[in-house]
Amino acid sequence: MNVVVCVKQIPDPADPGALDPTTKTLKRDGKLILDESDSYGVEMALQLVDTAGGGEVTLVSMAPNGEVSGIRTALAMGAAKAVLVSDDALGGTDALGTAKVLAKAIERAGQADLILTATESSDGYTGTVPEQIAELLSLPSVTFAKSIEVNGSSAKIQRQTEAGYDDVECPLPAVVSVTAGVVEPRYPSFKGIMAAKSKPVDQVGLGDLGIDAGSVGWAGGGQEIVEIVQAEAREAGTVIEDDGEGFQKIVEMLAELKVI
Amino acid sequence: MGISKIWVFGEAAGGKVTTTTLELLAKARELADTVEVVTTAGGDIAAEVGAHGASKVLNISGADSKLAGPTVAGAIAAAVAAGNAPDAVMLATSYDGRDVAGRLSVKLDAPVITNVVDIAERDGALAGVEPVFGGTTNVITKFTTDKVGIFLVRPKSFAAEESGGGAAAVEELAAPDLGASGAAVITNRFVEEQTGPSLDDASVVVSGGRGLGEKDNYALVEDLSKLLAAAPGASRAIVDAGWVPYSYQVGQTGKVVKPNVYIAAGISGATQHLVGMKGSKHIIAINKDPEAPIFSVADLGIVGDVHKVMPKLIEALKAR
Repeated sequence: MNVVVCVKQIPDPADPGALDPTTKTLKRDGKLILDESDSYGVEMALQLVDTAGGGEVTLVSMAPNGEVSGIRTALAMGAAKAVLVSDDALGGTDALGTAKVLAKAIERAGQADLILTATESSDGYTGTVPEQIAELLSLPSVTFAKSIEVNGSSAKIQRQTEAGYDDVECPLPAVVSVTAGVVEPRYPSFKGIMAAKSKPVDQVGLGDLGIDAGSVGWAGGGQEIVEIVQAEAREAGTVIEDDGEGFQKIVEMLAELKVI
Repeated sequence: MGISKIWVFGEAAGGKVTTTTLELLAKARELADTVEVVTTAGGDIAAEVGAHGASKVLNISGADSKLAGPTVAGAIAAAVAAGNAPDAVMLATSYDGRDVAGRLSVKLDAPVITNVVDIAERDGALAGVEPVFGGTTNVITKFTTDKVGIFLVRPKSFAAEESGGGAAAVEELAAPDLGASGAAVITNRFVEEQTGPSLDDASVVVSGGRGLGEKDNYALVEDLSKLLAAAPGASRAIVDAGWVPYSYQVGQTGKVVKPNVYIAAGISGATQHLVGMKGSKHIIAINKDPEAPIFSVADLGIVGDVHKVMPKLIEALKAR
């Protein structure tokens, strides 16, 4: 079975984020890494292909400046190849525009039995892209999957809910978003890292995908950031060094608040 | 553009309307003259949503085993195409709310403003306020077209309040044939046994993070939670590491909590986490790193080893 995994390359979350004063969007000019949220989808895909006994995992990504470092990480985990969309016209593209681009890139990646995504990215966290891709491709979808079991032309998926989980029966092909933490992403081996360097990355622009530049980017958004303001800050409290009796301060505060 | 009509996606569990739905209704009726609820939950919720300001329940029937995303989005899009369009649709940032918003955005070729904590009018258009960087900065975004505005709103952004209205009128909203898009079917629903208060309602929340060191040490969080009748929570780091289920997660992803008291044990306070808890009334933090961002929002911060402070705290509370 062939699985396409949508992955995002993001600024390292360990670095403090900043907004570009002109465009009012998140700065992404530094080195990008594979969003950790996506490593679960990559791992799930590799396991499903392994269980099926054949097929391959293809990555699909959209990033500025032909950025591939995050993609190489996922290739090193075991994905076979990637489609990367880079285009200057993509600056400022919102979630819907991103979904339009990824949907076309997924079609370019070849016939897929399953398309996996994270539930949301760690930098933009709109959480709408998986369903938008599914709707654009006229496919069924299941979000927040805890587990996926493929049986021929359908999949049995456990979907996270407020109260617990639902069993969902879904015909394939389908788009499924994978909840973080449900599988343990493998570490790329040295062999994997070396092999990833020569795995094919199909680098394409909007023209290659037949996408009108006006439907994405700043112009295609249908929304405009009108203002960025400082939020009301919380007043700083008391911070003390624990001298072995620090717990007493907590007890006192809980008593004062009548929690105990 | 005046705002005349807003649709709120009405979610219910066990026949009871979710608190977040009621919160959305409170804001919607402040913004628009007419507020209607779109739901798959049936007419039984008419009294409750009516009391919170909705004049109509637009119910999509026969959707019990269907996923909300394609079904509700399909029905709303069909209504819009037929000329019955609201100015905006408000949905909770919930599992189903996000699904519906995503599907609907494609059907209407309209953007979604996500993670919103407030909605206001800007230059005659609807705008959403989205906190970024751990809630230190607010980004205000407005729609620039006259399409239906879609807002995904964070739970606990508004206070649910009754309006004194009578039961809402119930009308059927037709869901069109969805083809492959709607082909997924729910075959079973499992309710996980929950002991103690939930993160949503608890007046005290105790959360643990990576500073606990290893999975077994989460027992410290559970023990303290029991003593305080608190709901146990977690940072994203330890959820991703598989120590506790996703439903424990407090933060950008996961639950937004606003308890009376929030205790963060071994949590450094990444942006991701702060967004989900900084609205708490009182915050107590224990962390060994004096530079940890969690201390910037804490009313009481203990710089110390969570493995030493927590057991002593638990012993002291047991002794009371």
